[in-house]
Amino acid sequence: MKKTNLTVALAGNPNCGKTTIFNNITGAHQRVGNYPGVTVERREGVRNYKHNTLVFLDLPGTYSLTAHSQDEVVARNSIINEKPDFIVNVLDASNLERNMYLALQLLELERPVIVALNMSDVAEKHGMKVKAELLGRKLGTPVVKMVGNRNKGTHHLLDAVLHEANAEEYPVFKLDFGVELEQALEEVSEKLYALPDLKYPRRWMAIKLLENDEEVVSVINSMPQADSVLTVVKEWRDTLHTQFGQNAEYVIAERRYQFISAVCREVIHSSDEWSETTSDKIDRVLTHRILGLPIFLGIMWLLFQIVFTVGEYPKGWLEQGIGMLGEFVGNHMAEGDLKSLIVDGIVGGVGGVIVFLPNILLLFLGIAILEDSGYMARAAFVMDRIMRAVGLQGKAFIPLLVGFGCNVPAIMSTRTLENQRDRLLTILVVPMMSCSARLPVYTLLIAVFFPPHLAGTVLFAVYLIGIVLAIIMAKVFRKVFFPGAIEAFVMEMPVYHFPTLRSISIHMWERSMLYLKKAGTLILAASILVWFLVSYPSEVTYSQDFEQAKAQVEEMYSQQVDEDVLQPLGIASIEEKSELRVAVDALQALKSEEESQEELLPEKRNELEQNNPEMFAFANKYWELGQNRDEKISALEQEQASEKLAGSYAGQFGKVIEPVLKPLGFDWKIGVALIAAVAAKEVLVSTLGTIYSVGDAGGNSIGVAMAADPTFSPLVACSLMIFTLLYSPCLAALAVVRRETNSWKWTIFTSVYSTVLAWVMAFLVYQVGSLLGL
Amino acid sequence: MGKKLNELKAGDVGIVRSVAGEGMLKRRLMDMGLVAGTPVKVQKFAPLGDPMEIKVKNFNLSLRKSEAALIELDVAQ
Repeated sequence: MKKTNLTVALAGNPNCGKTTIFNNITGAHQRVGNYPGVTVERREGVRNYKHNTLVFLDLPGTYSLTAHSQDEVVARNSIINEKPDFIVNVLDASNLERNMYLALQLLELERPVIVALNMSDVAEKHGMKVKAELLGRKLGTPVVKMVGNRNKGTHHLLDAVLHEANAEEYPVFKLDFGVELEQALEEVSEKLYALPDLKYPRRWMAIKLLENDEEVVSVINSMPQADSVLTVVKEWRDTLHTQFGQNAEYVIAERRYQFISAVCREVIHSSDEWSETTSDKIDRVLTHRILGLPIFLGIMWLLFQIVFTVGEYPKGWLEQGIGMLGEFVGNHMAEGDLKSLIVDGIVGGVGGVIVFLPNILLLFLGIAILEDSGYMARAAFVMDRIMRAVGLQGKAFIPLLVGFGCNVPAIMSTRTLENQRDRLLTILVVPMMSCSARLPVYTLLIAVFFPPHLAGTVLFAVYLIGIVLAIIMAKVFRKVFFPGAIEAFVMEMPVYHFPTLRSISIHMWERSMLYLKKAGTLILAASILVWFLVSYPSEVTYSQDFEQAKAQVEEMYSQQVDEDVLQPLGIASIEEKSELRVAVDALQALKSEEESQEELLPEKRNELEQNNPEMFAFANKYWELGQNRDEKISALEQEQASEKLAGSYAGQFGKVIEPVLKPLGFDWKIGVALIAAVAAKEVLVSTLGTIYSVGDAGGNSIGVAMAADPTFSPLVACSLMIFTLLYSPCLAALAVVRRETNSWKWTIFTSVYSTVLAWVMAFLVYQVGSLLGL
Repeated sequence: MGKKLNELKAGDVGIVRSVAGEGMLKRRLMDMGLVAGTPVKVQKFAPLGDPMEIKVKNFNLSLRKSEAALIELDVAQ
């Protein structure tokens, strides 16, 4: 029967242009997610073509199909478990030999393969002509020529898929591994007949067993008659080892390449083996012995500028928009818990996450360009020696640098590291790169407790401590979690090419959506939690009845207005005397002007007074009384807010943990601020503002309040800065750690270890400082 | 004459004789085409002297010197 619903798996080496072809075929109709249980990305897209529905699965790009890397296991298991109708194997024609190595392994999986011969234009430019038809005959597959980045050949490929779908059967490709290996394979296959229900092709399994493939061996091990099979395998591996002087897996790899070399000699017409390509010429500059590093640093500087300087503008607009939304909701809702939840909790919390979106978009624009162009591999090449000293890999430099701006995109950008261990290590130390949200905390504390000539040095020291600790922790983590593991840095330096607009925009779009979706949901829950902790219980026993106190102030105010202004003028309300109204308004206008230009004030004031001296005196009195009332009311409100916070769950918790924070020089107030600041580190300043009841967290007023608080001293300020630098990453960062590690365990570990480290460091600072009498 | 890949200088050419070691690293090197009989050319060294870049089977590959030390080559001349 003719199938109209086909599934096609797209396989190929990294950098072979596979993703471009995938994008050409499916356009925007794609979904990205993770394969279950791992952080390998799974990309699926649908294409309707000539009344057929084709579902394309973009497998991770790999060079081989061993069990050593997660990507490779995922790629081969998808083919085995999901049994796609076709495998489209994208081959880079300019790099055919190595690309065919994967092709042979795909053919071993015994699914029908169609070869998409990509970049034949590049190959021809390098003086290589590939005989496509002959290649097809050698492999027993149809071959379609394509130029992915110019969207050529897409229809030919789809036609080929439909054409093959009607074929009755397909030839099974069998590579002849030579007498000894073939004999071994036959005997092992024979034994496999005894096992029940194998979903794997038998010959493939036999090859994998001879290769001592961990995953396949463990599959066999779980079966009843495992021993009889594994004994035969063991015998043959020993026999082959004595015969060839090395393990069977290496002999098999050599046999594959021997076959490929023979095919390529026939299929490729090549002119010069070591010809210098355009990429080599570009690299004469970009990876130059002397220029290489400065160029890399320049590019990083540019990236940083674009992400955080250019990104500030749209970020500001978003902040304004969210502020307006909060205000709008605030103005249109009845007072109460629901309003507080929506305005302070949801709009405030989720809004705080959305404002990072421009930075994330711009960062991934930059990263997509660096990656798609091929520069990323050069960056790793240039930086590897330095980063290795730190216990990381060359490419880890980019996330660490981005971390100084914001940890969230930094953690997301660890995706560029192929190796899971390198990725995890980098994620664990990124939070020590002091992000820009921590800066307001430092600047506030430094301004209050340090003389101006030390400010720069202190700030620099804080950043430096973060970097030094990141280096130390990276080394410690590598020793503790991955002892003895040596990461291979065998990396292809892909050919440079212009990135396509399509793939860059898809890349940016995907990253942003993932950020909004995953981080957004978690943040929403967390914001509500933090809001709840600082707002409840709503009934707090206050030191005085604030409502009554406020009413008293109001009463006193109207009484005094009556006595000092209304009665002398013989009126019941100031509206009755238009002259007075005008004078009051003029004074008010003058006062609001005061904030912007102070020096003009006395002059204008005199002018006003001379115009109508009598009325001015009353107006002034009236205005002063009003001012006085406002100040008293807001002082009461702030005091009330402060007491409410102290009585809230967060405040109670702050008092509970105070003994733990005491050795660091902190009291419960700092404790509450630190807890609230897990939502976002800059919140520390505004929470301290609330606690010190200084209303709008204008830097100076908190500064004055802190300077007056005996708890604080320059030493406590140091301790607090260190603690803020190091303790648990903010919720947005934790949410992306969860996403990128796909594990709650690592997320919680990140939060806990950093908090413990923060405590230890702050403890050392405070205690040693105290001993020295600072 | 037998030499290790990391001992070569930029521009030198050789033919892979064998890949030493065991396990994942050796497998990875062989997967990338560094099998016996393959011609290799040293392209350059990174600014800090390590890693190095080579040409093999028509593509460029970067690897650390410690990894290159596993690869034994026959060098012409």
